[in-house]
Amino acid sequence: MLRFSKDHEWVRVDGNTARIGISDYAQSQLGDVVFVELPEIGKVLKKGAEAAVVESVKAASEVYAPVGGTVTAVNAALVDDPAAVNADPLGAGWFVEVTLADAAELDGLMDEAAYAAFVAELG
Amino acid sequence: MSDASNLLTTALHALHVELGARLVPFAGYEMPVQYPAGILTEHRHTRAAAGLFDVSHMGQVRLVGAGADSALEALVPGDVQGLATGAVRYTLFTNDGGGILDDLMVTRRDGDLFLVVNASNKVADIAHLMASLPSGIAVEVLGDRALLALQGPQAAAVLGRLAPDVLSLGFMQAAAFVVAGADCWISRSGYTGEDGFEISVANANAEGLARRLLAEPEVAPIGLGARDSLRLEAGLCLHGHDIDEGTTPIEASLAWTIPARRRAEGGFPGATRILAQLAEGPPRRRVGIALDGRAPAREGTEILDAAGSPVGIVTSGGFAPSLDKPVAMGYVATAAATLGTPLGLSVRGKVLPAQVARLPFHAHRYAKS
Repeated sequence: MLRFSKDHEWVRVDGNTARIGISDYAQSQLGDVVFVELPEIGKVLKKGAEAAVVESVKAASEVYAPVGGTVTAVNAALVDDPAAVNADPLGAGWFVEVTLADAAELDGLMDEAAYAAFVAELG
Repeated sequence: MSDASNLLTTALHALHVELGARLVPFAGYEMPVQYPAGILTEHRHTRAAAGLFDVSHMGQVRLVGAGADSALEALVPGDVQGLATGAVRYTLFTNDGGGILDDLMVTRRDGDLFLVVNASNKVADIAHLMASLPSGIAVEVLGDRALLALQGPQAAAVLGRLAPDVLSLGFMQAAAFVVAGADCWISRSGYTGEDGFEISVANANAEGLARRLLAEPEVAPIGLGARDSLRLEAGLCLHGHDIDEGTTPIEASLAWTIPARRRAEGGFPGATRILAQLAEGPPRRRVGIALDGRAPAREGTEILDAAGSPVGIVTSGGFAPSLDKPVAMGYVATAAATLGTPLGLSVRGKVLPAQVARLPFHAHRYAKS
């Protein structure tokens, strides 16, 4: 199950595990990503809390957790290859995995079609 | 999003749209921050070949009248009287406190002085000129002219193909040329650290000239994003960030812009403070900062000394594509300004290890002067 937030994060849920990244729209708005700061394993993230920091040539931006949970994995490959966020935002460019704290938090997120419509509205 | 309807546009606006630029508000204009290639690619292209920048938002001003050079010297600490015809000089408008109102380029031409000032300050600069210069000096704003910059190691080969005589220009020299049928005023100068040209052309001819230049295989369009990363690598100041009304030329490590005659004679705004700082040393200095890690430190980052005490602030910081690592410039207390001094940069609650580094970060590759 893939869901999107209005802040342009995505969350892909597989059982109790939620993998989090940023959308293709988000990476295109950021431009070339040159640095990613990832959280510590074991960190407890609340929904809406800062999960990671992504820096483009121009600016730093926060990646917010679209759902709460405990960090179980981070994509360490981004440290040496931050451009993967641009090249494959929904795949190799993922940021963190958390154990889902409350599946009900998924209810307020958008599916792919709703998110595509949301982005189209932004122009 | 800001309201785009109030923004000014340059003569190349339609071309930017056609080229797929991402347009952003900058200094009251809607300007291209990047094209589809992206900032990293645009930056590297400029270092490797030639980039075309629209900098028409900058102010172009003529000063006309006998004694315009000595009159302008009352506003800047640079040498204007000593400028030969066709020579270009970088100087600063200072205020009575020795702060920097703006930085600018001045060229002596037959019959006038030609000034290029920053877009963000041009309204204030023009008002300052009109209020401060004697009535015999006319301040003429060239609102009907575009400004294109062609920058990079292949810029001379490209422009020389269209106008061979431009190759006679040395660094910081300027003259009139016809390029692709258009009358141009061209200086060999720029804001990237590379060889290159800045081309003033009538708005009516700007798009045709830009298209002619972009048709050359070495040339790609470059946005303001890469312009900023290129100038940071080149150690060049951005007014409103690295220099402002609260920084003096001496603190800004721009003492080289004040020649011996002006130091001896004074007679520019803030001379008392500026000359005192020249004699006694400034309390702080603009320095380059190299970071050990991969995380950039942005403008406003607090700078700490080895003991963890605050010693300054970052004024420009980002990723340097040519170095493939982050760099910054900022002001530190003079005691911490020596090359190699270990510093800490306070970013998101962590202290990033860094040290004072030589400017420029990327060696200038200007034409011979």
